[in-house]
Amino acid sequence: MNRPAPPPTDDELHAWIDGQLPADRHGAVEDAIARDPEVAAKIAAWHTQRDALRRLHGELLGEPVPAPLMNALERDLPRQAQRVSWLRWGGMAAGLLVAFAAGWLGSMQRAREPTAARAGAQLARVPAVREFVHDASVAHAVYAPEKRHPVEVAAAEQQHLVQWLSKRLDRPLKVPDLSSQGYVLVGGRLLPGESGARAQFMFEDPAGERVTLYIGTLDANAAGATAARETAFRFASEGPVPSFYWVDQGFGYALAGKLPREVLLKLATLAYRDLS
Amino acid sequence: MDARLLVEHIPSLRRYARALTGNAWAADDLVQDTLERACSKWRLWVAGSDLRAWLFTVMHNIFASQVRRRPPPHAVVALDDVPQELQGGIDPGRDQGTQLDLQRCLMQLPEEQRAVLLLVTLQDLSYAEVAKVLGIPAGTVMSRLSRARVRLQELLDGAAAPVRPGLRRLK
Repeated sequence: MNRPAPPPTDDELHAWIDGQLPADRHGAVEDAIARDPEVAAKIAAWHTQRDALRRLHGELLGEPVPAPLMNALERDLPRQAQRVSWLRWGGMAAGLLVAFAAGWLGSMQRAREPTAARAGAQLARVPAVREFVHDASVAHAVYAPEKRHPVEVAAAEQQHLVQWLSKRLDRPLKVPDLSSQGYVLVGGRLLPGESGARAQFMFEDPAGERVTLYIGTLDANAAGATAARETAFRFASEGPVPSFYWVDQGFGYALAGKLPREVLLKLATLAYRDLS
Repeated sequence: MDARLLVEHIPSLRRYARALTGNAWAADDLVQDTLERACSKWRLWVAGSDLRAWLFTVMHNIFASQVRRRPPPHAVVALDDVPQELQGGIDPGRDQGTQLDLQRCLMQLPEEQRAVLLLVTLQDLSYAEVAKVLGIPAGTVMSRLSRARVRLQELLDGAAAPVRPGLRRLK
């Protein structure tokens, strides 16, 4: 009744076991299993074998990481921080890691919960940071498509724009230069945030593609405030528009745009270097 | 770049290293070497690429150079592991016994077949990722995977019988 599909190859049987077989070949494998007892036996044995392997040393996944391994990271970090070529990035990541490792070890001792795999993710999800990144994404989605009033103050008045936003955010701001990637300043606007004013700078390339840099103070009283003081670069894709964000001295930055991750990273890198 | 991600990967690196080396001490040494190398070679990681795959690449390179330096010990189970597995009752739990058998049989596979099999089953890497991590063509991944599965099955089928009486004699 069906067109006869070619019988599965050995490689396809492995791919089926490992969940890597394209869906359109599942039928062929299932047919072969039903028809050929030898294939059925082979598949059954490999399945059992795979399941057994996946249980092997599974207990290690829930165990706290032994101190010597955490120490191995810390020991290497001072060297890392001194490296000039990485500018401040390496140092920033390193400092973070030390803080994180210490906090993490502390929490392991307090709770003795085997949360190793989730610990890193938790830090990234400090509520204040998460909100900030989400707001950045929403602000981009709202204003970037705007034809007539994408910004409140246009780039022509850049000096005024920067002074104004610096005053409202109570911190000297700078506009990063993204022109080497083809993005020039359109202007900026003031936005409300959880913990005060936020600024949005908008950039545009010759094709009309826009990226926004969203800046603001993160709520220092929020839980996990220490963690929120500084983070390394992170990519966020949860909101309506993806962004790269980082936190420096309690001040958050998020560069958002409907762009491939690598392009966004390049722009964020430029902005970070320019602003630090 | 984001070092927190590195910490997140330690448990799965430990597990893979443990299955690969068959020895708790050797495994954590390997993980330690991997972390140190990763810290000092951050710049070789292409930001935005898969950190996990990169870490396994680093680990594999270290492991391969260790294997080149000293021939792999044959079918070793660390002595430290044995009492642990038997403790609490003379008859080892079925699963623990199976784990011992499985690890012992794994160690009889050639190292390059073991690595492919573990990266695919334990770590859920795609075949393409395994090829990249080990620096081998995709076709070689498949042939090693196939040989590893067939050989491991033979070893397991043959192992169950001779090993159990050996352990029971400890009673």
